[in-house]
Amino acid sequence: MATAHHDEHHPSGIMRWLTTTNHKDIGTLYLVFAFTMALVGGLMSLVIRSELWQPGLQVTDPHFFNQMATVHALVMIFGFVMPAFTGLANWMVPMMIGAPDMALPRLNNWSFWILPFAATLLMLSLFMPGGGPSGGWTIYPPLSVQGGIGTDFALLSIHMLGMSSILGSINIIATILNMRAPGMTLMKMPMFCWGWLITAFLLIASMPVLAGAVTMLITDRHFGTHFFDAAGGGDPVLFQHVFWFFGHPEVYILVLPAFGVFSQIIPTFARKPLFGYVSMVYATATIAFLSFIVWAHHMYTVGMPMGGELFFMYATMLIAVPTGVKIFNWVSTMWRGSMTFETPMLWAIGGVFIFAIGGFSGLMLAITPADFQYHDTYFVVAHFHYVIIGGSVFALFGAVTYWLPKWTGHMYNETLGKWHFWLTMIGFNLTFFPQHFLGLAGMPRRIPDYALQFTEFNQWSTVGAFLTIGAQLIFFYYAIQSMKGGVKATDKVWEGSEGLEWTLPSPPPYHSFTVAPKVK
Amino acid sequence: MKRNQDKARANRRLAVKLGIATVAMFGFGYALAPMYDLMCQAFGFNGKTGRTDAQTVAAATVDVSRTVTVEFTGLATTGLPWEFKPLTKKLAVHPGETHEVKYWVRNTTSETITGQAVPSVAPGLIAGHFKKIECFCFSQQTLKPGEVREMPVRFVVEPGIDPKIQTVTLSYTFFNTDKTQAARFGGEALAQSGHDHAHAAHAPGS
Repeated sequence: MATAHHDEHHPSGIMRWLTTTNHKDIGTLYLVFAFTMALVGGLMSLVIRSELWQPGLQVTDPHFFNQMATVHALVMIFGFVMPAFTGLANWMVPMMIGAPDMALPRLNNWSFWILPFAATLLMLSLFMPGGGPSGGWTIYPPLSVQGGIGTDFALLSIHMLGMSSILGSINIIATILNMRAPGMTLMKMPMFCWGWLITAFLLIASMPVLAGAVTMLITDRHFGTHFFDAAGGGDPVLFQHVFWFFGHPEVYILVLPAFGVFSQIIPTFARKPLFGYVSMVYATATIAFLSFIVWAHHMYTVGMPMGGELFFMYATMLIAVPTGVKIFNWVSTMWRGSMTFETPMLWAIGGVFIFAIGGFSGLMLAITPADFQYHDTYFVVAHFHYVIIGGSVFALFGAVTYWLPKWTGHMYNETLGKWHFWLTMIGFNLTFFPQHFLGLAGMPRRIPDYALQFTEFNQWSTVGAFLTIGAQLIFFYYAIQSMKGGVKATDKVWEGSEGLEWTLPSPPPYHSFTVAPKVK
Repeated sequence: MKRNQDKARANRRLAVKLGIATVAMFGFGYALAPMYDLMCQAFGFNGKTGRTDAQTVAAATVDVSRTVTVEFTGLATTGLPWEFKPLTKKLAVHPGETHEVKYWVRNTTSETITGQAVPSVAPGLIAGHFKKIECFCFSQQTLKPGEVREMPVRFVVEPGIDPKIQTVTLSYTFFNTDKTQAARFGGEALAQSGHDHAHAAHAPGS
């Protein structure tokens, strides 16, 4: 690694982080940013849950409640989960495919540094006259056309967050397609890279459509166009179509990298190669394709013709097939493996379990006639928290604990790791499981008050929310602890770990593979 | 070293291609707007009513075996301080028959105001079968201070209408055409005709 030494002259202090083009530095920045945003979004969810502790209004006024619900979602989706996975991709993709760095390092720096500005803009929106966006994260008109200047801040912020993720995706695709080590064919690539390659294409195809919708909103608000304004012959339902054309691929953008993470962790701790690798790749691609033709299942109640409702119902249900392939493959990987249950494995198994529940409630929502009952109730809230927390967030914690010893060179505290997992698991289910029942009983979402008979389940939910958010402090503690020191990690870290990243020392050198490794 | 340069060039080329794909998808997002309009017009979704002429209607046969109730309603937005209401609230018609009803409007202000009515038919899915032969919404209406006007709508419910439908509602939303004037009255205005973008051009009154 003589050449690596030469490259290691970089500025120190803040300038190192501002000017860095190194994939590990940028990966770290992404992850730190993401978990900061997770904390912010988590605190917002506590405002929501505090208000919902009992019927009536006690903690906030309804307008602020609506702002919290809106900004919580935007922060968690665009500020936490997406950047966190991009951070993981930055850290791991070059190491997994045997590349020295990302393909476009300068672009990488830009795509990260857009984020803090976008996040600031979003936070500032809450302090504008009239408050932040409050019409829900889906920014449906007419509310998003009518909101005050806070809405403009949020719209510009969404533009910037989208731009950042598009730049990140371009970089990931270029890295994966051009920078693989000799012998690393696409079909030998780790599943995490496959998950991200497909996600990156989803992002490039869907995020610009959101940018289009947001631009139309902005011109409707300020430049006299009437895309969505019924007064000028526009149509608010058009926005819903354009938004969900982005919005449905978006949910797979959040979850396909997570599937990749599960596919890395489960074989490691089952000590067996991944079952059905090829079918995993095709299932991922199929999910990605289907995600573009199911969008209107988010809007069954807008008054579509019967044929449309049926098409979107069947197409949506079709997604259960490739998703089932993936879940059965993970179960088959574990079948008769010599399994151990270190923290990353707990997150992976827990994540698959929780995601499966969310998948099933998704199937229930896919049924058009039933959806008329569930639409915009807490059942939907429970459903998407099961898939996004179970799928994406559990996978993120799994990934961080799985690779943390590689990144820092120190093992994390396994006892704290297990406490973190179990408290989150219990807190999460306590929060969201009762919401299924609330939704089925008819409690609408995005309303700060509710009917008396919903009190008890809501109180369970609020207790669960505080437990879940509180448990995350354990994570911050042991993550920082592992950065500072502790038991030295070996290069391989885990007994069953396979792949190029485990051939590098822990912590890895600043530039991963200056000499490309040979892959058999 | 040469390999590295090749790689850098390949990376740049790929990034440019992906950038073009991004721009294309942005354009596609915009293209969804006219595509949506075409779909709505072709299939008569979303309450966008049809227009026809007297000859076509005369040629069609009247289905006396069925009766459809047509309800009429209307609303003037805050930007347009007009009193506006249908003179007939409800009418039973046979599909294929031509009928005429009148709406009544009065300018309550001391200014001359021009308004434009935007029609909508519910249920939206059968809007294509509700055809107007003549309508005050086909053109802008200018009312002098205090002026009162009775405005006709001549329409036909086509015989092809879904047999399950028994009631059809025709509603009008009246907008001020002058933005600044509307803002003065505390409400929103209609797009100026031919203003900015294609959406505004065909929608009102079609």
